[in-house]
Amino acid sequence: MKQTLTRWFDGDIGYSFRHSPVAIAAAVVGLICLFCAAFAPWIAPHNPYDLSTLDLMDARLPPAWMEQGTSKFLLGTDEQGRDIVSTLMYGARISLVVGIASVLLSMLVGVSLGLLAGFRGGWVDAFLMRLCDVMLSFPAILVALLIAGVGRALFPNAPNTVAFGVLILAISLTKWVDYARTVRGSTMVERHKEYVQAARVTGVSSFRIMRKHVLPNVLGPVFVISTIQVATAIITEATLSFLGVGVPPTSPSLGTLISNGNQFLFSGEWWMTVFPGAALVLIALSVNLLGDWLRDALNPRLR
Amino acid sequence: MSAIPVQAPADAQPLVRVDDLAKTFDVSPPWLNRVLERKPRALLHAVDGVSFEIERGKTMALVGESGCGKSTVARLLVGLYAPSRGNVAFDGQNVHAALARPGGRSLRRRIQMIFQDPYASLNPRWTVEAIVGEPLSEHAIVSDGAARAARVDELLQSVGLSAQDKAKYPHQFSGGQRQRISIARALATAPEFLVCDEPTSALDVSVQAQVLNIMKDLQRERGLTYLFISHNLAVVRHVSDSVGVMYLGRLVEVAAKRALFAQPRHPYTRMLLDAIPQMHATGRARTPVQGEVPNPLSPPTGCAFHPRCPHANARCSAERPRLLDIDGVRVACHAVEEGRI
Amino acid sequence: MSLLEVSHLVVDIPGRRGTLRAIDGISFSIAPGEILGVVGESGAGKSLTGAAIIGLLEPPGRVASGEILLEGKRIDNLDPRQMHHIRGKRIGAIFQDPLTSLNPLFTVGKQLTETIRAHLPVSEGEARLRAIRLLEDTGIPAAEQRIDHYPHQFSGGMRQRVVIALALAAEPTLIVADEPTTALDVSIQAQIIQLLKRLCRERGAAVMLITHDMGVIAETCDRVAVMYAGRIVEIGPVHEVIHAPAHPYTAGLMASIPDMAIERERLNQIDGAMPRLNAIPTGCAYHPRCPRAFERCHVERPELLAAGATHAACWLHDAEHGKAVQA
Repeated sequence: MKQTLTRWFDGDIGYSFRHSPVAIAAAVVGLICLFCAAFAPWIAPHNPYDLSTLDLMDARLPPAWMEQGTSKFLLGTDEQGRDIVSTLMYGARISLVVGIASVLLSMLVGVSLGLLAGFRGGWVDAFLMRLCDVMLSFPAILVALLIAGVGRALFPNAPNTVAFGVLILAISLTKWVDYARTVRGSTMVERHKEYVQAARVTGVSSFRIMRKHVLPNVLGPVFVISTIQVATAIITEATLSFLGVGVPPTSPSLGTLISNGNQFLFSGEWWMTVFPGAALVLIALSVNLLGDWLRDALNPRLR
Repeated sequence: MSAIPVQAPADAQPLVRVDDLAKTFDVSPPWLNRVLERKPRALLHAVDGVSFEIERGKTMALVGESGCGKSTVARLLVGLYAPSRGNVAFDGQNVHAALARPGGRSLRRRIQMIFQDPYASLNPRWTVEAIVGEPLSEHAIVSDGAARAARVDELLQSVGLSAQDKAKYPHQFSGGQRQRISIARALATAPEFLVCDEPTSALDVSVQAQVLNIMKDLQRERGLTYLFISHNLAVVRHVSDSVGVMYLGRLVEVAAKRALFAQPRHPYTRMLLDAIPQMHATGRARTPVQGEVPNPLSPPTGCAFHPRCPHANARCSAERPRLLDIDGVRVACHAVEEGRI
Repeated sequence: MSLLEVSHLVVDIPGRRGTLRAIDGISFSIAPGEILGVVGESGAGKSLTGAAIIGLLEPPGRVASGEILLEGKRIDNLDPRQMHHIRGKRIGAIFQDPLTSLNPLFTVGKQLTETIRAHLPVSEGEARLRAIRLLEDTGIPAAEQRIDHYPHQFSGGMRQRVVIALALAAEPTLIVADEPTTALDVSIQAQIIQLLKRLCRERGAAVMLITHDMGVIAETCDRVAVMYAGRIVEIGPVHEVIHAPAHPYTAGLMASIPDMAIERERLNQIDGAMPRLNAIPTGCAYHPRCPRAFERCHVERPELLAAGATHAACWLHDAEHGKAVQA
């Protein structure tokens, strides 16, 4: 594994990265966001969900550079007195966890099914592709809404983990199709190559060939899709939370924060919704830019 | 681990015997198109009844132009395709029946294949050690990693590469070196029979010479039997003991090398030999035969070569000639049978 | 006066790991109506030479120095528009893959008439007649009907004939053919070679035939240039180069080609491989693999020296060395 990574980064991809200011900036921003989100409980200035530390007297304070703002709450506070900076970090944490988990799930399902369809061909391929077509004809948000709503109805008092699970499932349910179709196309090309035939002549089983020979060669586009899909997943989750069917209210994500802050937009307390929105845009943008760079770096024709 | 070449007694069984082998591919348009557009089923008779034998320790070459089915024959012989008709016997046992049985895996150790494209025949993401060592692991020939590495070193050295090369990746090697890695991989299970599908066609002339020399040396050291597929008759002349000429899925002539090159019988063989640009016949004037290989989906009736043949008569367009033994060579031609040419 | 004169041509390919010198100062000429073969193994630079002459070097490759003169006038320093006029009108091109040389969306007739009218002042009807005659000349049966067919309706060999017709359409004086028969079957190869020879002799067009197949060279060409690592190592009449090669590489190459006429137990092999462009040895590029190399070969790069009937870039043929050896 290490060998593969060093080979990649010492080679053309590393070179391309070093010479692409956009990619470097996006990676830096992305890593900062990831770091803040991962270590939120340790580095956030306050814990916004510890009710004992909240003081309603601190509520609705504007950001520090405006009058009435204090340096204690750099970006201001919300209607309950929670520090916006801290809620951003905790919120980003939730958003990223849900986003990455759902991408991982859809990658697992999509790549496996794509490999199977591409390698076996025949009716297996036909069936899976029709399944993909059906999945694609439903708008992703509606499917997610449906599943999340049904989940809530079925398990009204479910613990947080189940609620998260349902949400992750809902988001990943439509996203696996992208992986499946891309991997299927690449698999169909690789299947006819002579190194696969050589493995067959040696007597290696089809399953082993798929896993050890074909899979490493079709993974390139998968990484590109993943980066872009993380951004989409985070936004989908934000949308669902905004609509109220996303994460449970006790662990608000960036979407919930935007939704909450929305009510106060017209009373002049813009910071409660703008900063979570900006954070969301920043994360999604940096991930998207990284994905764009990766796609161009991996495209042999552009090198 | 070199086997002592076996001096086969004169009446020994040939190592490989192919009997009326045929393979048909269904290349029909999808069912929906067939129904809506009334398109007929299209069957491609890639191989249409070939029979030949290969003696142990010898090299048989199969030559022909594109579309003649020689690559399909190669793949049938190693079990990559199942035959539509006929059978392949290796050392007395039916290959495809044996491979279908659970105990048949040991047969895969004895038959191996080398491919044409040095760039596509090695997995670009695997190290050379993994590639050459895969057959060793697959057939549990070695017990652990160290033994495998040692065996891989041996194999690489036997093809003229070095032990340090096993840690590298295929893209770090040239075409000729990759082909040697392919040969090392094929030799890993100590096979008796190697099917070589145009192994030097993609290589430069000087590299081709290196690879052909290695293959000849290995054959002598280990008593290997080769089936050598090629379209290059000069190479075939150099490596083979017997030659089979294919046209549109059928064998038109099978003969010992000297007999074939000294006195080609079948009109297609003659045309082929005549068509090859010869280095030492500068400025030669030739009359190449007109016409092209017909569409294999709709082959001519009777003898497949008759539209291009200067000796064709009415019988040739109606009746398909059988491969007959004439003066020690086997030819499928009415004109030769009738003594017209 | 020679038709094409190439003088100390250098082609560089700048890359991010440094600039590669793909062609390192080659010089040759082609007389009107002559067929010159350029032979070499992969990586020798023969296709690049053809591309440089036609003006179709793929960027970032570029002509770094040297001159290419066509009928006495320089063509290597022309801008794309001027080169566009030369290409087609005075130089025709035939490439290896007939499938991709023709535009699949246009009929063969449209492509032919378009080319003819781009370079000759004729009407549509006249261009069509010329196109039909061209197709007939190249041996395509029923040319009047087939002129309105699309490329995919032709077989491989037929397509290559169309490509030849296209190359000859504007009546060029030089044809650059890059591996024109490599992708074709042996029997079709023979037909195409014959066709090329006949048509070029009839029209008095010179041909630069680039290939790795010595057999094709032997049967078609008047003179041949052997390339190695971006340089010409030997150039001379084809019979001499093949039967009495003066350069050790040419000799090794000829000896390693399996021949129909002679049966040998072992093919002569040249150990090692052609050096990569970023690792070309100093002095003579062939010296690491040469059985006859001596001190001077490691240090000084040889120019093309007269060696019997040919010219070879080898210090063995230096007059002084010859004297030293004989002494």
